[in-house]
Amino acid sequence: MADLAAPVLDVRGLKTVFHTRAGEVHAVNSVSFSLRPGEVLGVVGESGSGKSVTMMSLLGLLPSPPADVRGGQVLLGGRDLLKISPKELQSVRGAKVGFVFQDPMTSLNPVFSVGNQIMEPLRKHMGMTKAQAADRAVELLELVGIPDARRRLKSYPHQFSGGMRQRVMIAIALACDPDVLIADEPTTALDVTIQAQILELVKDLRQKLGMAIIWITHDLGVIAAIADRVMVMYGGQVAEHAPVKELFARPQHPYTRALLRTIPSISGERAARLQVIEGQPPILTAEPASCPFRARCIHSLDRCAQENPARHAVDGKPLGTGHDVACFWSPELMTEGEDA
Amino acid sequence: MLDAGPQPLVQVSDLKMYFPIHTGLLRKHTGDVKAVDGVSFSINQGETLGLVGESGCGKSTVGRALLRLYEPTAGKVVIDGQDVASLTPEALRQKRPTMQMVFQDPQASLNPRMTVADIIGEPLLEHANLDEQGRLRRIYELMDQVGLNRSFANRYPYAFSGGQRQRIGIARALALNPKFIVCDEPIAALDVSIQAQVVNLLEDLQTRLGLTYLFISHDLSMVRHIADRVAVMYLGRIAELSPRDALYARPLHPYAEALLSAVNEPDPNRARRQRIILKGDVPSPANPPKGCNFCTRCPKVFDLCRTIKPDLIQAEPGRFVACHLYSNTNAGPTGTQAPISDNQQGVSQ
Repeated sequence: MADLAAPVLDVRGLKTVFHTRAGEVHAVNSVSFSLRPGEVLGVVGESGSGKSVTMMSLLGLLPSPPADVRGGQVLLGGRDLLKISPKELQSVRGAKVGFVFQDPMTSLNPVFSVGNQIMEPLRKHMGMTKAQAADRAVELLELVGIPDARRRLKSYPHQFSGGMRQRVMIAIALACDPDVLIADEPTTALDVTIQAQILELVKDLRQKLGMAIIWITHDLGVIAAIADRVMVMYGGQVAEHAPVKELFARPQHPYTRALLRTIPSISGERAARLQVIEGQPPILTAEPASCPFRARCIHSLDRCAQENPARHAVDGKPLGTGHDVACFWSPELMTEGEDA
Repeated sequence: MLDAGPQPLVQVSDLKMYFPIHTGLLRKHTGDVKAVDGVSFSINQGETLGLVGESGCGKSTVGRALLRLYEPTAGKVVIDGQDVASLTPEALRQKRPTMQMVFQDPQASLNPRMTVADIIGEPLLEHANLDEQGRLRRIYELMDQVGLNRSFANRYPYAFSGGQRQRIGIARALALNPKFIVCDEPIAALDVSIQAQVVNLLEDLQTRLGLTYLFISHDLSMVRHIADRVAVMYLGRIAELSPRDALYARPLHPYAEALLSAVNEPDPNRARRQRIILKGDVPSPANPPKGCNFCTRCPKVFDLCRTIKPDLIQAEPGRFVACHLYSNTNAGPTGTQAPISDNQQGVSQ
């Protein structure tokens, strides 16, 4: 564990609100996390849990209005990204931070060749000439495992398959040697065998390039395969945060525990019946004054309705470095015979 | 399963579904997308057959052709004693109540301008002879069955969450007391915590009503949970058809093996099986490779695979595989003595 290394990215108390016709939606509430060089932080949560909005807020990718990043700090290389000018922010995007989106079809521009799209950040951020950029683009395509790269530069996105397009997206994100790669459900739209290829590729690239990665997904299987640390989000806030093995071995938050039980296993014991989490995720029309998971929680206490639990460490390490959880309940409170 | 041998409710033999490709100014017929190319299987009464495979392998097309939402190019689909593929339009209409479908996207498959009661009650208007009172009673009964609150009957689909919308879709499919339901990726659009709710509902309904399911999915863990037997499709053909436990414990077909190994076990503390990373992409079904359709990516490919299409044969009791590794003719990976079992699938190109 690179416990001692200074974080490349440090996010503190991030808050994002959307203004809608039905009033405000508090999509992200006081989210804090840090990312150290060379590590993979997995972010899990259901749709609407705020995981994508958090990452998009970091880089000013949300249209405003309706979005309003209301507070917090995003420190990257000593600068607060929420304070710098849009122009400076643009030089951060692409150059310092690469972003890979979920759907490789809609995030590539269909009317420009793939080569053109890889060369764009190189010429813009690195000031390369066309010839230099073309050479680098070939290098990048080879890096992400696209055969016959020089010829493929002239191809258009529709001439690539889904897995190949996602490789192109990764190549674009890597173009300027970013310190941080943010991947938002990059394999969700892909088939399992292609997903396996991309996961292998990313693990390999991280070894070669040593960059830090934030990997957003709702698939705990992918998290188990790729992440070093995991942040579980629910209702716009961090429910639990832990090193990956620790999270799967000793989940603390009732939501994490329930989530792990709802997914059937591919090789383990086959349950006669799937465990369910009753109810629906909350709609966050106001800053939550109580625990957002309370209504669906099988362990909820009186206190959960009165205040929103803050994150506290369960292993004595400082917040954000070890295992912490935002919950008043703990597995030690479990009485004999209660549902594990 | 009973020893007496359960009766097959659905019997599919050599089903083919080709979509023509027209090119040029005159829209000449220049080829076919062979979405489904000679698929055979049966589903027993009360059984769930899982149909898995990657996108584009033809699994959804099989589901649709089975219910004749597409006109199959060739083959027989016998459901409850009648060949659906050759029924006249009127006979087909009368057959419809026995076979229903639950669709993937509950958002797209529900009419946004109809209330829940109208959506669930529409099949009753068409096929059942009920008065207004009886119809409403049946609608409420169905809403109870799928766990929807009766007081929501007059709401519109937008007012419901994804999981609840899928319940509406299931209630509609159940309205005419079907025997057979094709579930086409019914949980793919839902969040993990909601998927389990819908799968449990489907299982409860099966037990209560004796339903037979074809469960189409790309989620191999969920199929392991719900299916009794599983068919693995690749590029329009069945690669392997085996009982669930046997398949997951020891897949026979190299594609099934690779597919299962690619699934990420949601637990880093558990030892995983050796991961097989397939090279390349799935070939186009408009231009499938000669011989075995998996030969371009198969890690165990040998000469015979590139020339002759393997038939789906019984390799072990109850287990069917389309792979030359298991051909009862003894052509092993080294074998050059090509066994020509001359039949329609071997040399039909």
